[in-house]
Amino acid sequence: MRKIALIVFVFFCACQVRAQQVEVVKFDRLQNVIDSKTDKIQVINFWATWCAPCVKELPLFEKLNADKKDVKVTLINLDFADKEKKVESFLSKKKMTTEVLLLDEIDYNTWIDKVDQSWGGAIPATLIINPKNGKRKFIERELQEGELQKLLAEVE
Amino acid sequence: MKKTKLSALLALSLVLLFAGRAPKYEIGDSVTDFKLKNVDGKMVALSDYKSAKGVIVIFDCNTCPYSKAYNERIQTLNKNYASKGFPVIAINANSPELSPGDSFEEMKAVAKKKNYEFPYLIDETQQVAKSFGASNTPHVFVLQHVGSDFKVAYIGAIDNNTRDAAAADKKYVEEAVDALLAGKAIPTEKTKAIGCGIKWKNV
Repeated sequence: MRKIALIVFVFFCACQVRAQQVEVVKFDRLQNVIDSKTDKIQVINFWATWCAPCVKELPLFEKLNADKKDVKVTLINLDFADKEKKVESFLSKKKMTTEVLLLDEIDYNTWIDKVDQSWGGAIPATLIINPKNGKRKFIERELQEGELQKLLAEVE
Repeated sequence: MKKTKLSALLALSLVLLFAGRAPKYEIGDSVTDFKLKNVDGKMVALSDYKSAKGVIVIFDCNTCPYSKAYNERIQTLNKNYASKGFPVIAINANSPELSPGDSFEEMKAVAKKKNYEFPYLIDETQQVAKSFGASNTPHVFVLQHVGSDFKVAYIGAIDNNTRDAAAADKKYVEEAVDALLAGKAIPTEKTKAIGCGIKWKNV
């Protein structure tokens, strides 16, 4: 009996490891990413599972995160916080490995301007920051293949 | 030489002028009259609202989860404020090619199912949304009727809780319209809100 329990337990753990974990966070966590003092260029993308153009451009970010070691991509998910499981299963299905933070802040006016003054609030939106020289770019639309590389070159 | 530079500069500024976003309304601006087709097939113009104290223009659609989350609240706004002189006008500007669920036929179906008591207009050319500077759905513009003009009095979100109407403690649109009705200053004239971007044609 104990043995079976152990097997079940191990199996359960193995599944847990494979599934993408989504951390539900408040704005201060995102602020830390924005302010991070590393050598890596921070690419922060705002998205939601219900936003078709966001979903379409996700592979660009996933690829960037895997290819460029001097870039750190953080995907800020804006699905509602009670949709954590939905987001996790979405990411597992897409086999995504980039870090995803589910931002649980629904009073948008308390934080939108802190991301970028020019942000009207539409997603997808992407913020690129080079902590080494303070250069930043904010784009409030869907990105096409190759555009991320151009934007990265602009903040070098 | 100087002349060439100047004309190059002029040409460049003209290019920028036309390539850039259309000028959008700010608080206090007078709104140009518009005329759009309603779900009942009739045309509705802003200038039809001669006896209104103002209107609550809401750029909305069928498909966006935020629009769905706010749907009842939009209906309630019209219920509470149409009789006080501030009716709702909902406008869908999404391109049906990019968002088939937002076609005119689908708009009719939603308006019927939800018993809309306010116009739900289609902005086929997207010119009205562009002139307002609407970016998301739902995106609200409270207009005040001043003389023969409609002036922008509030731009932004409906309230500060997308998920739960009951938990919203800042009801921006209600506060704005209440202030206008009472002849007081609007506490918050401009807010932002996360929403689905309007599906613009050929972008």
